Parts: sequence; C-alpha cells; structure tokens
Amino acid sequence: MQASDRFNINSQLEHLQAKYVGTGHADLTRFEWAVNIHRDTYASYVGHYPIMAYFAVAENESIGRERYNFMQVPFC
Amino acid sequence: MDVDTEIQRVKEERQKMEKDLAALTSLTFDTDLYNANKYEGYERSIAVNDEDDNLDGAENEIARKMASFTAPKQFLKEPLRSGEDDDMSGFKQPSKIIDREDDYRRRRLNRIISPARNDPFLDKTPGPEVRTYADVMREEALKRKEEEVKREIAKKKKEEEESKAKEKDAEKPKKRNRWDVSQDEGAADKKAKTGSDWDLPDSTPGIGRWDATPTPGRIGDATPSVSRRNRWDETPTPGRLNDSDATPAGGVTPGATPAGMAWDATPKLGGLATPTPKKQRSRWDETPATMGSATPGATPAAAYTPGVTPFGAADMATPTPNAIMRSAMTPEQYNLLRWEKDIEDRNRPLTDEELDAMFPQEGYKILDPPATYVPIRTPARKLLATPTPMATPLYNIPEENRGQQFDVPKEMPGGLPLMKPEDYQYFGSLLNEDNEEELSPEEQKERKIMKLLLKVKNGTPPQRKTALRQLTDKAREFGAGPLFNRILPLLMQPTLEDQERHLLVKVIDRVLYKLDELVRPYVHKILVVIEPLLIDEDYYARVEGREIISNLSKAAGLATMIAAMRPDIDNIDEYVRNTTARAFSVVASALGIPALLPFLKAVCQSKKSWQARHTGIKIVQQIAILIGCAVLPHLRSLVEIIEHGLNDENQKVRTITALSLAALAEAAAPYGIESFDSVLKPLWKGIRSHRGKVLAAFLKAIGFIIPLMDAIYASYYTKEVMVILIREFQSPDEEMKKIVLKVVKQCVSTEGVEPDYIRNDILPEFFRNFWVRRMALDRRNYKQLVETTVEIANKVGVADIVGRTVEDLKDESEPYRRMVMETIEKVVTNLGASDIDARLEELLIDGILYAFQEQTSDDANVMLNGFGAVVNTLGHKVKPYLPQICGTIKWRLNNKSAKVRQQAADLISRIAVVMKQCGEEQLMGHLGVVLYEYLGEEYPEVLGSILGALKAIVNVIGMTKMTPPIKDLLPRLTPILKNRHEKVQENCIDLVGRIADRGAEFVPAREWMRICFELLEMLKAHKKGIRRATVNTFGYIAKAIGPQDVLATLLNNLKVQERQNRVCTTVAIAIVAETCSPFTVLPALMNEYRVPELNVQNGVLKSLSFLFEYIGEMGKDYIYAVTPLLEDALMDRDLVHRQTAASAVKHMALGVAGLGCEDALIHLMNYVWPNIFETSPHVINAVTEAIEGMRVALGAAVVLNYCLQGLFHPARKVREVYWKIYNSLYIGAQDALVASYPVLEDEENNVFSRPELHIFV
Repeated sequence: MQASDRFNINSQLEHLQAKYVGTGHADLTRFEWAVNIHRDTYASYVGHYPIMAYFAVAENESIGRERYNFMQVPFC
Repeated sequence: MDVDTEIQRVKEERQKMEKDLAALTSLTFDTDLYNANKYEGYERSIAVNDEDDNLDGAENEIARKMASFTAPKQFLKEPLRSGEDDDMSGFKQPSKIIDREDDYRRRRLNRIISPARNDPFLDKTPGPEVRTYADVMREEALKRKEEEVKREIAKKKKEEEESKAKEKDAEKPKKRNRWDVSQDEGAADKKAKTGSDWDLPDSTPGIGRWDATPTPGRIGDATPSVSRRNRWDETPTPGRLNDSDATPAGGVTPGATPAGMAWDATPKLGGLATPTPKKQRSRWDETPATMGSATPGATPAAAYTPGVTPFGAADMATPTPNAIMRSAMTPEQYNLLRWEKDIEDRNRPLTDEELDAMFPQEGYKILDPPATYVPIRTPARKLLATPTPMATPLYNIPEENRGQQFDVPKEMPGGLPLMKPEDYQYFGSLLNEDNEEELSPEEQKERKIMKLLLKVKNGTPPQRKTALRQLTDKAREFGAGPLFNRILPLLMQPTLEDQERHLLVKVIDRVLYKLDELVRPYVHKILVVIEPLLIDEDYYARVEGREIISNLSKAAGLATMIAAMRPDIDNIDEYVRNTTARAFSVVASALGIPALLPFLKAVCQSKKSWQARHTGIKIVQQIAILIGCAVLPHLRSLVEIIEHGLNDENQKVRTITALSLAALAEAAAPYGIESFDSVLKPLWKGIRSHRGKVLAAFLKAIGFIIPLMDAIYASYYTKEVMVILIREFQSPDEEMKKIVLKVVKQCVSTEGVEPDYIRNDILPEFFRNFWVRRMALDRRNYKQLVETTVEIANKVGVADIVGRTVEDLKDESEPYRRMVMETIEKVVTNLGASDIDARLEELLIDGILYAFQEQTSDDANVMLNGFGAVVNTLGHKVKPYLPQICGTIKWRLNNKSAKVRQQAADLISRIAVVMKQCGEEQLMGHLGVVLYEYLGEEYPEVLGSILGALKAIVNVIGMTKMTPPIKDLLPRLTPILKNRHEKVQENCIDLVGRIADRGAEFVPAREWMRICFELLEMLKAHKKGIRRATVNTFGYIAKAIGPQDVLATLLNNLKVQERQNRVCTTVAIAIVAETCSPFTVLPALMNEYRVPELNVQNGVLKSLSFLFEYIGEMGKDYIYAVTPLLEDALMDRDLVHRQTAASAVKHMALGVAGLGCEDALIHLMNYVWPNIFETSPHVINAVTEAIEGMRVALGAAVVLNYCLQGLFHPARKVREVYWKIYNSLYIGAQDALVASYPVLEDEENNVFSRPELHIFV
C-alpha cells in the first residue's frame, strides 16, 4: 500500500469490507473461498421460497425436509 | 561647504558645554575598575567590512552553501530567520493554559502533590515512613484547627480595631470612617464578583462561586504562616515547611507581602475580617502569577525578581556568568528573558545601511567619531554581568558542571527532541553526559522514563507514538512510583500548553490501564493533578479529566478512592472541596451510585464539620448534573441522603441542599416527583422563613420540582409559592430577580395552573415590578423577562399581554421599546393575531410605527423582525394601515442614513406577501418604481436590500404586472451584476434568474447574451449559493433564447485557467443540456473535444459526466453517440481524462440500467477494466465506482466473470486489487452471485460442488 493510500477513503473502504463475513483478501485459500461460497449458497436456497419449492418438486421431498437438509450441511 | 562649517560650529559648542558639565559634576570612580587601561591588549576597533568576522556559526554554514547564489542580502539571510519567527506564522500559536485561567482556576497551582500513601490492601504493616490514612486525616484536622485559631486571632483583632474605631468615632462622630467606606466597597465588589456566578454550579461546569465567598478559613492569610501554600510548592516535597523559601524567587514573593496574596485576595474581601489597612489590595495582589509571563516586563515583579532584568541581555551575550543561574532559573524567568531578547533585537543600533536608507542623500554628512570617543560597550550591562547583584539573597558558590546548558541549545544526545527552556528544570539531568553504566539501575530507569516523557512531550508524532507505546508496555516494569514522580510534576508546570497537557494526560491514561492496582498509593497525587481539569473551561479537557478519574477509580477501587479523597472533603480550601466534589461525582458514575451511597450518607450527616456536609451534598448535585436522567433509579435514596440539609444550621449547607434538589429535579424531569415528597414540606416551609440567597436557592428548587407534579398539585403548590414570588418581585437583588422570573416561567408553564389565576393574581404585580425600563438594560434580565412573558402569554393569550405592553411601544426609552417589540413579536408569532380586536390593532400598528420610526439603532433587527411578524400575522386586517406604512417606508428610503434605507428596503421584502393579500397591487407597483429609482444606491448593503425588495415584489405580482416593466428593469440590473459585493451579487442573481425563468420574453435576446457574459464572472463567487443561482440562470436563459449562443459562451469559458470557474461552467453546460434537451448540446460539446487542450477536453468530459447524471434515463438515446468519445478518453495517457470518463461511464450506467444498452456498456467496461491497477486515489475511486455502476446495469454475474481471472493470480499486487473489487461486488450483490460462482472441482474428501444447481425439472 502506498503512503498516500493510507489516509484516503480507499483504505477505509477495505477496512469496511473486511467487517463483512464472506469477503475475501489476497491470502484467501481456495478452500476458504469455497466454504464461503457454500455458506452463501445454502443461505440463499433457504432464503428463497420458490427455489426451495423447485428443489422439493425435483427431489420429491417436502419443503421442510429440504430446508432441514440444507441447514444440516457440514461447514455451513 | 557650509554644511561642514555648520557642523564644526555645533561640535565646538557641544564640546564647550560638555567641559562645563564635567567641571560641575566631578565624578570619582574606582580607577581599578574604570580606567582606560582596561582595554589594553584588546582590539579597539572592528573593521566594518571584514569578510572574516562572521562569528555566527549558522550564518557561516549557510553562507557556504549559498556561495553560488546571487541575490539581495536580505533574501540570502532569510533561512537564518526561521525558527522563532516560524511559529508566529501559519497556525495558531500554542497557548499556555495558565494564560486563559482565572484566579480561581489558578488555585490549582497552590496544591501540592502529596507523597505516596499506604496501600491498605497490601499484606504488610506500613513502615513509619509511609503515610497512612490516619496520618493524613490527622494532618487535615491539625490544619483545620490551625485555621480555627487563626480565625479566632483575626476575630479578636477585628474586635480590637472596632473598639478603637468606636472610640475614634466617639471623638468625632460626624466624620465617616475610612474603614466603613472600604468595607462597603468590599461588599459591592463581592456582589459583583459572586453575582454573575450565582447559578453556575448547576448550569455550567464552571466553578460555583456560590459558596466560594466568605471562606472563614482564609483569614489565616492575614498572618504569614508557615503552612501557607504558594505556587512554588509544585515540587513534590514531603513537608512543606521548607519550601516557601526554597525557590529562587521566594525572596520576593511570599514573604514580602504580609497580607493575602493574589489568589486569596479576591473572593474573601467582602464578608471577612479585613481590618488592617494592609488589606488594601497592593499591586502585588493583582496578578496572581506574578511572573506569569503574560506581560512580563510590565509587572513590577519582573523588575524585582532577582537577576532577571539586569542580566537579561548580558545573558544572551556572555554565557559565563549566567550559566550558574540557569539551573536556578524558573520557567517564568526564562520567558522574561526570551521576551527581553526579542526587545533587544528590535532596539538594536541601526546599521549604516539602514541609516543611509532613512536619511536623504543631500544636506547630511557622515561625521567621524570624535577622537576622544572611547567605545564603552553598553556599560550598564557590562557592570551587571557580574554575578553579584542577582545572587545577593541566596548566593551560593556555583558548582562546576561542565554538562550545563549554555545559550545555544545543545544537540540532544540519542536523538531526543529539543528541550524548551522551561523543561530544563525537569529534564536537565538528561543533558549530563554521565556514563550510563555508572548509574545505578534505579537512576537508569529514571533516565529512561525521562527520555520517553520528553519524547512524548516535545517529540515529532512518530517519536511520540513509539515513546507512548514503550511507556505503556513497560509501565509495570518501571513501576508506578518512578513514573508518576516524573509525570505529575510536569503537569503542574506553570507554562504548560494545552497540547502538552493533553499528551501527558494521555500518558497517564495508558499507564493507569497497565498499572492497575499498583496505582493505589498514588491515587491522591494523581487526583491533585487531574481534578483541575474537571473545571477547565475547555470542554475536551473536562472530558479527559473525567475519563482519567473514571479509569483511576476502576483501577484503584472504591475503597482506595474514598480513602484518598475523604481528607479533602472537609479541606479548608473551598477550591479543593469543589474539585473533590466533582471528582467524586465522576467516581460515582464510574463505579455506580449504589456503591457510593453509604459513604455519601455518612458524609452528608457528618457532625464534625459543616464543610463535610456541604461537600457531600455538593457531590449529589454534581452527580445529578453529570449523569442526568440516569439518577432516576436512585433518586429516592439521593434525596433522602440530602434532605436533612434543608434544615441544617449552616446557611451554606441549606443553600447547596436546595441547589442539589434543583439539579436532581432537573435531571429527573419529567419523572420522579414521588421521590421529592419528603422535601416538599421543608422547602415550602423554608421559603417562608428564609431570606436572601437561601431563599433564592429554595425557590430555584421549587421551580424545578413543580413541573414534575400532577396538574392539581402543581396548581396548589404554585399558589403556595406564588405569594412569596410576588413578594420577591420587588427584590432589588439581580440574581433574585432572575431566579424569580425563571420560577414564574416554570410554574406558569405547568398544566394545572389556570389562566384566570395568572391573569388576576400574577399579571398585575408582574407587570408592575418587571415591566420597567431598568430591566431592559441588563442583557440577561432582558432575555429572561421576554421568555417568561412569552410563557405567560401562552397561557393567558395574546390580547392580555399585548394589551398591557402595547402602550410601552411609545415609551421614551429605546431599549425598553425594543424589549416590548421583541416580546410582542414572539407572542404574536406563537399565538397569531386572531384575539386582537380593532382597537388594540390600531394601537399596535400605531405603536409599532412609532417605535420603528423612533429607533436610532437596530443591530439585532428586533424592530424589523417585530414589524414584519406583526404585519404578517395581522394579514388582511392590516389593509387600512398599508398606505401609512408605505408612506413611512418611502420616507425612510429617502433617509440620509444608510442603515435606515436598508431597513426600509428589508421591510418591503418582509411585507410584500401581505400587501398582495390585501390587494394593494397598485401600491406595490408604486413601491417598485420607487425602488427602481434607488438602484443607483452606492452602499452595497443597501443596494442588496433594495434588490431583495424588488425581488419580493416581482415574485408576488408577477412579470406582466410589474412596474417598471421588465424590459426596463433588466437592463438596469446588468451593470449591477458586475458588483462584487456578496449580498448585492446574491440578490441580483436571484432577481435576474427569476426574470429569466418567468419573464424572459420581455427582454431582447441580445440583452440576455450580455447577461450571459456577466454571469461567467459570477462563477468565481465564494458563496456557493451565488454560484448555484448563476448556473441555474444559465439554464433559464438558454431555454429562453436557445442553447446555441449560450453554449458557445460556455464552451469558450472552458479554456480559462481557474478550476472553480471551469467546474461551474461544466455544470452550466450540463444544465443547459438538461433544459434544452441533450441533442441540442451534444454535437457542439463533442466537437469541442477535438480541441487539443487538456482543460477543454477534461471540461467536456466533466460536462458529459454531469449531463448523464442529470438526464438519467434519457441517456439511453445518447449512449451510442458518446461511446466513441469515451473510448478515446478511457485510452488517453492523461489520468484525469480516464478518471472523468470513468465517472461519466458510472453515471451513464446507472442511468440506463435495465433499458437494454448492455452492449454499449460491456464495450465501455472493457475500456474501464484495465484501469483497476491505477494507484492515484481519485482515479481508482472513479474506476471502482464505474465498475459498481456496471454491476447495477449489467448484473453481478458479468462483473464476477471479469473478477475471476485475478482472484488467485500469482502476483499478490494483482490479487489484492481483484479481491477489493470482488469484495465490493460481494457486498453489493451477494445473493445474485450464488448462481454464477464457478464450478469448483472436489478435492479428496472436500466436496466443493453444489449439485442442487444442476437440478432440472
């Protein structure tokens, strides 16, 4: 980082970003990133009712069962 | 030559006279000292233009470096003048704390840093040398006793005096005794002094003088006592028996004046035994910091301080004699020296060149010095340069110390920052270059601490930072004792500056945190230094002080805090008690009120001394002020603790109790009335039995309690207290008046008080006593009275109050009329004018006209505002009076005084709307013509007001009906646009803009073009409002006469140098484009981009950026047209091109999101993307924002695909940038990314795939 960078908004931006879970940085490994992706993915599934319904139809399960399964995925 | 002969003659005459004189005064002096042989062996003359005698090292150095430069001499010497002169320029000079403190606050310097005390929590019995709680308490008791005895003595003396005086009186009873007079004066003095601070303790954090006044303890000063504290006590000496004489200036200050010294002189004058004539304030008493450095030379102290004045100059010239003194010099003396040196410098003998420049070339001749002339180089100084005179009182044989500082600040060893002269006292030993290894470990530690502290105090920010960190990290290693023994004296340094204090306090804060319980023995020491911060006038200092004390109490624990502060609670010095009370309130807020309650209860019931009870109750008051509504849970217990104070035998305790109750009620409002149940009776009984100050305090408490009550009770208690209040209406005491007014306001505003009751019982007396001329003279009375009256009006209605006051608008006293006007204005604005009947209305208008015409000055615009408010609230009803009002205005517009003219014009703009409501358009037209005629006004303030009035009229009656017609008015305004006065500019541009907006067709296009040129100049205005109005006016004009000509003007203006001008022009272009549709502007604008000039091209890009920002969705029709231009700009070598183009792309993308322009946007994205590696902050910002815009317009998936290529790039620099972009993408559209993450392949037992996404029905 340059000297000028240290005092401007950009450095703060980075700091701000770092506060969110799921953001990354230059030293992030493939594994860590993949874990984040998975967490986001399952959170997103559970959060969108239509897609849950879609999965339920496709797998012939109840929506509640689907939701339970998604929430039980390891690492997430 | 006759000049020569003339000179010759004069010379001879003078010689003759001198001979005569010499004969008259035959001097005899010691030949061994003064004979001419003294100079034998010396060079008697100095060559004027000798190249080699450059004695000044610095000058030499610079001369060498600058040998190759040729410039006038003064410029070459410029670098030499740096240093001291530099801190005069630029930012504000660092200010010394002591300079802005008043006498009371300076009393902090009287306190001594007490030696460490025993920590009872340690598991060992304290040795005899350690001070325990019992010791301290014993000492305090002793001191109190001493004071008692002294008071007795003083009393006896006074009685004697009085009996003597009586005898004298008996002898000649007619003549008034001198002492009576002085006593009276004293009393008056006291009143003036204390009066203003009457209710400080609960409103401001300032010091409550409430109980500062007749401190009985202070009589002791009448006799010089051993235990008298003086400001030299700052050095931590265990006993203070020896220190009054220990310092060099001691000879002058303490002993010399037997009577009270400065700090005690003021507060006690009145009430006390001041029987002796000595009590007459001497000059010594006036400035407490006698050497206080503010006006060093002026105070007599300077001349008396041994050694300062006489040897000042010599000090600078010859290092030897004063080297002895240096160690003994106090900082104040040093300041004196510094100041004197400055004076010397200015009064130095004129050089030949200077004289040449001053005198004309002809008629003067340079004479040779007479042959008898022997250069006695400043004999006075030569003589005084010997050490004798300055060392007389306390001469000691100087120790040989080679390490001493001389005149030139020595290079500090080990990269330490430079010391200020004041610092030598504390850090001097750092300069002794003793061998580090020879020192004992303890000394080494001390040295280390000193070094770090010096770095913190005087060092550069990085030095300071590391030093602070080291101090913090090693705090426990250094130990509490050595640390605080170094830090605390520094904080008592009289020449301390704000910044330094802040830094040192910070050090304490950090160190406290680390030391934790080790700090216990030093709690009192720290408090002595930190408590004064609590009453500092600087808000941040107070906050800092609170923070430290709160941290301290958390580190040391409640028991230690109480043990440390208990002895101070009944200290004889009011200052100590006051600050201790404040400190206790901070402890309470840090450790919780419940923890402190038992202690408070005990203190408040102390039988031993009223001081303890007083302080205890004051602590409660301070707690209420400090923590506000958080007292509510403990309200009942706090009230119970102090309630008995209302019946205390000591008047001051009763007073402070009432004030504390007031503070508690104020903090608790609007809840908690039930907690006050127990004090209602004593309070209400008290107001019947007390008089004066106590009564005032009781009334104040009642005033704050009544608003908490239910309606019925409030009305009952109001009636109870009102009897007393009405009685006190007549009180001559100013403070009482203020409190009474405030209480009346509080009572009246509560719900249960009936308007009829107010009308019948309060109003007559209220108006009789308060609505008098005298009340208008004092600012605070005035305000309070207006507030209270407005509050009453809210209850009883407009008619009553206005009816009672309206006659006074014709009073002969102007301040009084003004007060009436302000009240009427506020009442009428609050409540409207519907209650005012025809008769009252007539009186009101009549009175207002009278007051308006009779005013001689109206700086605060009270009359103007009042007039405007009344006319506006009366509305239609004012119609019959309008001709008369306009007559007045017209007459006043023609007045000789500029202020009057200005005010008349301002009045027009206030009442224009009402005139329209009344249908007086003809009258307005007439006024318009009159104003038009006055456009030649030469005072800018007045001209601005006239333009404002014209604007108001135009706004109300419209363009078509305006007289004079717009086509005549506007050409008259064009030259006024040239006026550079801000007010004129603002009003003029508003008026022109208004005309351009609504009535552009009345004016020929040529005139508008002319105005366009004038407007360009206005873009330079400092005020944003003017620039904004100008830019908008461009838009209106362009709309009226078509964009071509305006645009041409604006595009030409892009070539100018000033940035602000160009920026405003680009905004104007964008606005023109917005008002006249972009297609009329874009071709010309894009064509302008071909001009090979940076400013112009950037201007065009910036216009485009603003343009797309303003037109939003409309941009979709133009995006393809400008894409080639943006392509070019995004590939330009110039950073600013790319930056501005990126921001244009951002606005464009945000505008056309979802409108089907993805193809163009992706194309532009490809040009934007390579810029992500820029490092310039503005550019990278613009690029990031453009990418964000793209995320909105193209969707997160597209941008993610751009990102993926670099997230795991082998180069860290690249990865960093890509992750930054990824992060902002992720934060902006986390959910949308889920569907577009890349498919990751599984590794051994890690499953990375997300099979659900492949499901397909």
